[in-house]
Amino acid sequence: MSESGMNNSNPVTLSAYIEGIGLLGPSFNDWPSSQLLLTGKQPYEPSKTVLPPPMLLPAPERRRSGDIIKLSLAIMLEAINAAQLDAASLPSVFTLSNGDGYNCHAINEMLASDDRQISPTRFHNSVHNAASGYCSIATGAMTPSSVLCAHDASFGAGLLEAMSQVSIDQTRCVLVAADTNYPEPMYSVRKIYDSLGIALVLAPEPSPQTLAKITLSITDAIADQLPDTTLEAIRLAIPAARGLPLLAAIAMGKPTSVVLDYLDDSRLALKVEPTESQIC
Amino acid sequence: MKPLLLSHFTVTSAIGRGVQQTLASMREQRSGLTPCNFDTVDLPTFIGEVPAVDKTNMLAGLEAFDCRNNRLAQLGLEQDGFAEAVKAAVAKYGASRIGVFMGTSTSGILQTELAYRRLDPITGALPPDFVYDKTQNTFSVADFTRQYFGLKGPAVAISSACSSSAKVFGSARRMIETGLIDAAVVGGVDTLCLTTLYGFNSLGLLSKQVCRPFDSGRDGISVGEAAAFALLERVPDSLENDAVLLLGIGESSDAYHMSSPHPEGLGAKMAMEGALKMAGLEAADIDYINLHGTATQSNDTAESKAVQAVFGSNTPCSSTKGATGHTLGAAGGVEAVISALALQHDLMPAGLNTRGLDPALGLNYLLENREQKVSRVLSNSFGFGGTNCSLVFGRAN
Repeated sequence: MSESGMNNSNPVTLSAYIEGIGLLGPSFNDWPSSQLLLTGKQPYEPSKTVLPPPMLLPAPERRRSGDIIKLSLAIMLEAINAAQLDAASLPSVFTLSNGDGYNCHAINEMLASDDRQISPTRFHNSVHNAASGYCSIATGAMTPSSVLCAHDASFGAGLLEAMSQVSIDQTRCVLVAADTNYPEPMYSVRKIYDSLGIALVLAPEPSPQTLAKITLSITDAIADQLPDTTLEAIRLAIPAARGLPLLAAIAMGKPTSVVLDYLDDSRLALKVEPTESQIC
Repeated sequence: MKPLLLSHFTVTSAIGRGVQQTLASMREQRSGLTPCNFDTVDLPTFIGEVPAVDKTNMLAGLEAFDCRNNRLAQLGLEQDGFAEAVKAAVAKYGASRIGVFMGTSTSGILQTELAYRRLDPITGALPPDFVYDKTQNTFSVADFTRQYFGLKGPAVAISSACSSSAKVFGSARRMIETGLIDAAVVGGVDTLCLTTLYGFNSLGLLSKQVCRPFDSGRDGISVGEAAAFALLERVPDSLENDAVLLLGIGESSDAYHMSSPHPEGLGAKMAMEGALKMAGLEAADIDYINLHGTATQSNDTAESKAVQAVFGSNTPCSSTKGATGHTLGAAGGVEAVISALALQHDLMPAGLNTRGLDPALGLNYLLENREQKVSRVLSNSFGFGGTNCSLVFGRAN
């Protein structure tokens, strides 16, 4: 969509430079190999998301970590390593539409039974900021961490928060948008069928690591879809995947505009300017 | 930071519905904690329950949001003329220029707990009247608040356990400074549920008595529930003398443990120092500290070390959780409003239920109300996962 076609209901814009990307999801094993899938240069064939063990966590925490923690830590580290930064130095924004669905199911099942003695690990894994907490323990980051939820608008809410931090506090930050699946019976009311996460390192100034400059405004234009029907189904099913059109635009390697899904009555318009070296 | 005006605020907790009742309870040093008789909970503990929450009927058109958390949210919004103040802000700025930033830890999880008792015995399916997205989902209370006012600006729930509704001030501050919005409805709502009562019990952090912050005999928290809201706007050219301003926000992480604070309070210290720095103030400029003060052994010890490191031992301080209980994701919002009341009424509230101060904690902890000029207050909120937030508020004059 051309920029002139956007009906900008709010003229304020925010800018940031993307220095690192992390991506895991169905058939997405990391950012470098996923670019061919997102640009259609390699056919997309779905396969279940593979989550690596969280080796950076101390053994007790590693044993206690569920999928949302494994996913968040993996994509966060991929993005930060690509940006060649020290993870302990970066403020973070976590945006999760659910949290750990299996843990939530297990707690509710126990509380409905005669034995309500839920375990301490189950309880502390139930907080929405469990991923943020475990990741700060893994990396030693004592920096601020915002932990957000906006249901299906969670990716957009996280991007807005992260870009506000970059603009106003003039700091780098890492955005971690992640979702994992629910078991039944919750699945019937929340049909997230697999894990997907996107992490972005955002900076206020360009650097040798800059992959793209993005400029954001709020719009009432409709969200862009992904051309591949299977990918489009993932975009709609997993809230964190609402960020995939941005990654596809970066992978295309040429200046473009993209509209990301956000709340019912507003979307995020992004001008995407990949750096020369990224054009493949 | 450029200071922001808390142009309106309200709080509803176990000690009162709205600021007048809350202030009266504080003056009378009355606790709202009572023996637990919530739902089917069979734990020997005390709770801070808001009376008659379940008698609140959701506004027409918002019935899908019906759950205890949103009932309390609606009850809270309708105190102190807060709803009218937001509607006036909509008329002034436009619905798309007002953001919503709500803190909660458990949102409407009670609705799911109740639904799991009614699973279909054959299929295991949830009951058909269960509405996940408008009740259990963490975003629910922010979505409800947004739709209650017909707001069209950015909206988000912040869920970092017990720092949630302190951190909302940070996100709202940044978003107002970007120019994307002119005002923000911020706050926190958390309600009693089995997950937190049995969860804290499993950690051995639930007291069998009324919680006794900073007492030698402290042995855990009392869980409470509350709704607190504030309307944040840029500071206008002229202000009432008793106007309350947000002056600074400090945020940090412990990077230490999921459910225990850093033993030296290092993250807490960083949050307090960050808030003072952002406010451009020295420790000596703070008249009163509203402590996080949960009444667990480790939390109060870590917080006292952090406060001593930044302020020394003389700054008057207290925890108001002996009155309200620990309202978890709503605690930061509740204590922000209590801080605002302290500023407007020159009242430093006593910490209740504390019979014998723990001498090892070494702070100037108030066991009686103190009435003297209060110009600047620091409020602490620290949560599970090692998430810390400190806020500095001041009087305009």
